Amino acid sequence: MSDAKIIVRRLSVFFGPVQSLRWVSLEVPRNRILGIIGPSGSGKTTFLRTLNRLNDLTPSTHIEGEVLLDGEDIYHPNYDVVRLRKRVGMVFALPVPLPMSIYDNVAYGPRLSGVRARERLDELVERSLKAAFLWDEAKDRLHTSALRLSGGQQQRLCLARTLAMEPEVILLDEPCSGLDPISTAKIEEALTALKTRYTIILVTNNTKQAARVADDAAFFLMGELIEFGPTGQIFTVPRDPRTNDYVTGRFG
Amino acid sequence: MRLPPKYTQMTAVAVLAGATLVTLAALFFIIVFVLHKGLPVVSWRFLFTNPQEMGRAGGIFPTLVGSVLLPLLGIAIAMPLGVGTAVYLTEYTRETKVTQVIRFGTDCLAGIPSIIFGLFGFIFFVVILRMGWSLLSGGLTLAIMILPTIIRTSEEAIRAVPYAYREVSFSLGATRWETVVKVVLPNALPGIVTGLMLGIGRCISETAAVIFTAGSSLRLPQSAFDSVRTMAVHFYILAREGLSNENAYGTAAVLILAVLLVNLTAYWLMHRFIARRTK
Repeated sequence: MSDAKIIVRRLSVFFGPVQSLRWVSLEVPRNRILGIIGPSGSGKTTFLRTLNRLNDLTPSTHIEGEVLLDGEDIYHPNYDVVRLRKRVGMVFALPVPLPMSIYDNVAYGPRLSGVRARERLDELVERSLKAAFLWDEAKDRLHTSALRLSGGQQQRLCLARTLAMEPEVILLDEPCSGLDPISTAKIEEALTALKTRYTIILVTNNTKQAARVADDAAFFLMGELIEFGPTGQIFTVPRDPRTNDYVTGRFG
Repeated sequence: MRLPPKYTQMTAVAVLAGATLVTLAALFFIIVFVLHKGLPVVSWRFLFTNPQEMGRAGGIFPTLVGSVLLPLLGIAIAMPLGVGTAVYLTEYTRETKVTQVIRFGTDCLAGIPSIIFGLFGFIFFVVILRMGWSLLSGGLTLAIMILPTIIRTSEEAIRAVPYAYREVSFSLGATRWETVVKVVLPNALPGIVTGLMLGIGRCISETAAVIFTAGSSLRLPQSAFDSVRTMAVHFYILAREGLSNENAYGTAAVLILAVLLVNLTAYWLMHRFIARRTK
């Protein structure tokens, strides 16, 4: 088996008559951070949402091509979507804590998987919050509403909530778009520490962020994958002139 | 000629405040009038003794029981059906011609006069299904009558739950049903409860549909197949037959207080629920 965690082959996504992704092929290596960059509307988020089949929820979505997770086709009719989403967690662009306590937010995923024992839940919540660098700020208020956290804290809570499911892959959709530099740094620190155990895909509008944390980078433009390679190469000696224009800030 | 903004502003305030004032005054007048006429009659004895001479004397106990049981039965039948329909329409179907027709249909049903429901209940439950004038016929009829309101208010409440909550829930590996139970319904609850309260209120104050289906027996019901009289029906009969104006007003006063009590309890429960979730 190849070392790729996820293999995408000639993936196209249509919303009604509009084609949002065009024949994207890509292999996502395991235990690394893949940074996806590209201007708005380039299909980055659509690509991310095909990996945990969240696009299924949008009516009139149509998908062509293959997405393999550990060699298994996740769009196979018999594939268990609920199990897929437990293995492939997602953090959204806007932090959306559910209107319940911090503890219940983090325990939401594990409880769905049938974890009931108090000690086990306590341990999972503590471990996840620590991994998301939120434990110190939240440990004395675990049972207060998550809505009272600051924006940066809420986004780290969302990361902790995803980690608590013990996924294999973590998808992050511009997780720092609304955050201040310090919160951003904390998230990036968490991601770097997490990659030993997870495969991480980070969509970002911030090319500098991709350069800082990503091991590999993929550049999307108008629904097409333009270039994919190690971050160093993409940012210093890109093969495609469009990539060069984008990473040097000439457009986008 | 255009008035300067300052005057249009003043006019707007005056008109809107006037409208509010008139509304409140009318409401206040009705309540004060009924309570003023009715409260002197109301006593523990009035509430908890049986009527005598068709209601000319004595209390209203059986009608009090009727006014508790009938709406409870109606809401107990309508709640699962109504909320279930609303969940199905919002969470389990995509917006199509069919759902639009269903929605239009419910809106039409909500506007039908209650006596039509009474007539339907009489023909269908009382006569065809041979349930007779009974608690059951009345409860079923009231349930059908308030279903459209409950469906529509629940639907609105469910739609108002942010889509992002559902996405988060799905992304954490929840099934559709788990998402409905753990995220959608708890967040829609205040709106759903409001709809249910409206429904209970309509049941308590309903007269036409109840006379046709639950009858107007003054005896205490022993089973779901016995006829009952509600306070609203009792009031109607007392006033219409000219049996006793005092007792009619007394009944009306109790009716108003009962509706007030139901609403206050509902708001209290709801605030407690919201406070617990957002503390």
